[in-house]
Amino acid sequence: MSISVQHISKSYKNVKALQNISFEVKEGELFGLIGPDGAGKTTLFRILTTLLIANEGTATVAGFNVVLDYKNIRNSVGYMPGKFSLYQDLTVEENLNFFATIFGTTIAENYDLIKEIYVQIEPFKDRRAGKLSGGMKQKLALCCALIHKPKVLFLDEPTTGVDPVSRKEFWEMLKRLQQKDITILVSTPYMDEAELCDRIALIQNGEILEIDTPAEIVKHYPKKMYNVRGDNMYKLIESLKAYEHQYSVYPFGEFVHYTDHRTDFDTESLKDYLKTKGLTDITIATTQPTIEDTFMELAK
Amino acid sequence: MKRFIGFVKKEFYHIFRDRRSLFILFGMPIAQILLFGFAITNEINNVDIAILDHSKDATTKEIINKIAASKYFSIKQMVTREADIASVFQKGHVKAVLNFEKDFSKNLIKEHKATIQIITDATDPNTANTISNYVNAILQQYQKEVNKEIIIAYQIVTETRMVYNPELKSVYMFVPGVMTIILMLVSAMMTSISITREKELGTMEILLVSPLKPFQVIIGKVFPYIFLSVINAVVIVVLSIFIFNMPIQGSLLLLALESVLFIISALALGILISTISATQQTAMMISLMGLMLPVILLSGFIFPISSMPIPLQVISNIIPAKWFIIIIKGIMLKGVGLQYIWKETLVLFGMTVFFIALSIKKYKIRLE
Repeated sequence: MSISVQHISKSYKNVKALQNISFEVKEGELFGLIGPDGAGKTTLFRILTTLLIANEGTATVAGFNVVLDYKNIRNSVGYMPGKFSLYQDLTVEENLNFFATIFGTTIAENYDLIKEIYVQIEPFKDRRAGKLSGGMKQKLALCCALIHKPKVLFLDEPTTGVDPVSRKEFWEMLKRLQQKDITILVSTPYMDEAELCDRIALIQNGEILEIDTPAEIVKHYPKKMYNVRGDNMYKLIESLKAYEHQYSVYPFGEFVHYTDHRTDFDTESLKDYLKTKGLTDITIATTQPTIEDTFMELAK
Repeated sequence: MKRFIGFVKKEFYHIFRDRRSLFILFGMPIAQILLFGFAITNEINNVDIAILDHSKDATTKEIINKIAASKYFSIKQMVTREADIASVFQKGHVKAVLNFEKDFSKNLIKEHKATIQIITDATDPNTANTISNYVNAILQQYQKEVNKEIIIAYQIVTETRMVYNPELKSVYMFVPGVMTIILMLVSAMMTSISITREKELGTMEILLVSPLKPFQVIIGKVFPYIFLSVINAVVIVVLSIFIFNMPIQGSLLLLALESVLFIISALALGILISTISATQQTAMMISLMGLMLPVILLSGFIFPISSMPIPLQVISNIIPAKWFIIIIKGIMLKGVGLQYIWKETLVLFGMTVFFIALSIKKYKIRLE
């Protein structure tokens, strides 16, 4: 096991940040922590990167205990905090050089590992890190976290505040890193990114709701999901929410994801109801629930 | 060692890219030494005085001429009536009025005694005192000249010799003090924000999750500032030699080594402040307010330690600046060698080691 977390609890003064968290990450796995802001993701990352000590429970990273063997962990993991944490007044190259040096290595030694990412920011290597765009900053931060060839990589919300194209590129990079035997623990508030992980843990209010592969997790959804569409989105949502048999109503792109209380639900009765509300162009079709739907259901 | 060098290199980048701080680092000492040297002084020069001469005879004229000839006083106006004295003071320019009694010469010859009243504006007691002393000195001098041939029986003559600073130049006293204050404040302030800055910017998080050891971070932060502060010390010494004609009696090498020791102790104190405070602002406040007053008041720079109440005298011992002022005055003014100041040197050295050790111990290896 690359990461093993056993019954970890952590509380700040009045807030229980983490409650009895347990999970394991296999070697070479891309494991996602999915949850909204304030779910306790950052606290968990800080415990695993030896920055905080849990109130209860134990954890090991790369075989080392996070409290007793913290020095070994600091040698062998890469950490990218949620907040951009490189030196803004140093250039791209100087930042990378600095992190290589303090880990006792050189850029040349592990260039293979970062090559694909670094070539994208290399044209700006003399630019100060503070002057880079959001996506560039994240790529540089990833390079700096990787330069010492860590066994485990911790990425705390690496794509928050990054444009969709850069986000996509970023995840492609993570997939490639996985091929190089690096275990990756990544957190994100974006449900669409969850599907790119090998396994995910849904986390909310310091508790894990579910751990499984993305494909299995959506299978746990208890209801049949329908895509409902109408000419007036706002009115459609209002009407569906007012419908006496509705179980859940969530807008999802151009559709509304709808589930019904009844087991013998037929779409015609809903169509009729919506017509009486003055909606036209109504289509109702079954669809697959997404991780977001599952999360909302579990978080209820 | 490579890691340490890499860390020091990074610190130098920070320093040289922060132009504003760099300007403060080098500009402040120059401004301060010039301000202290020129503006703050106990000497008096060209003080405006007024004369009320009731007799207007040869002797009073001679005395008045002597006073006017000295560089300390310039006679601003002549007053004719005693009633005008108050209004002269109220205008504020005149700091003293010399009131010669009626028939001054006659009394002097007949009764061997004549009086001059010195009225001073004591809103500033120090100046008033100095003026009265200076006038007295001029009168004494005059009396001596007049009485040259006459031998008076039983006379105690005091002959004062001011050693190390015969002209009683206040700049001699201020330069060592100012140098101490500047090195203390600049050094402590610069390092005190350096670790808190990493905490605030979040870079502390990744520094902690790296194999860097606490002593590498602490020493690595102190190291670059030693160079900068040494440059500062050199600038101060050069300025005081060439602008204020400050003599350096002792060995320049010893002065340099002692200064480096003091700089390191101030930097170490700054690092200690940095490790225990959470934000740059707190660190800045502690190093400015917390250090400035004790350094100025309790170091013996302005107020002599021996005339303080006992508790303050005891407290003054824990202030590194006190020891450095003793050392630097000894070297600059008295020209003493290490054999006379080894105790003070040892105290400073001990304090430095203590500050660094405590910083390393207080350095948090985690976020909490």
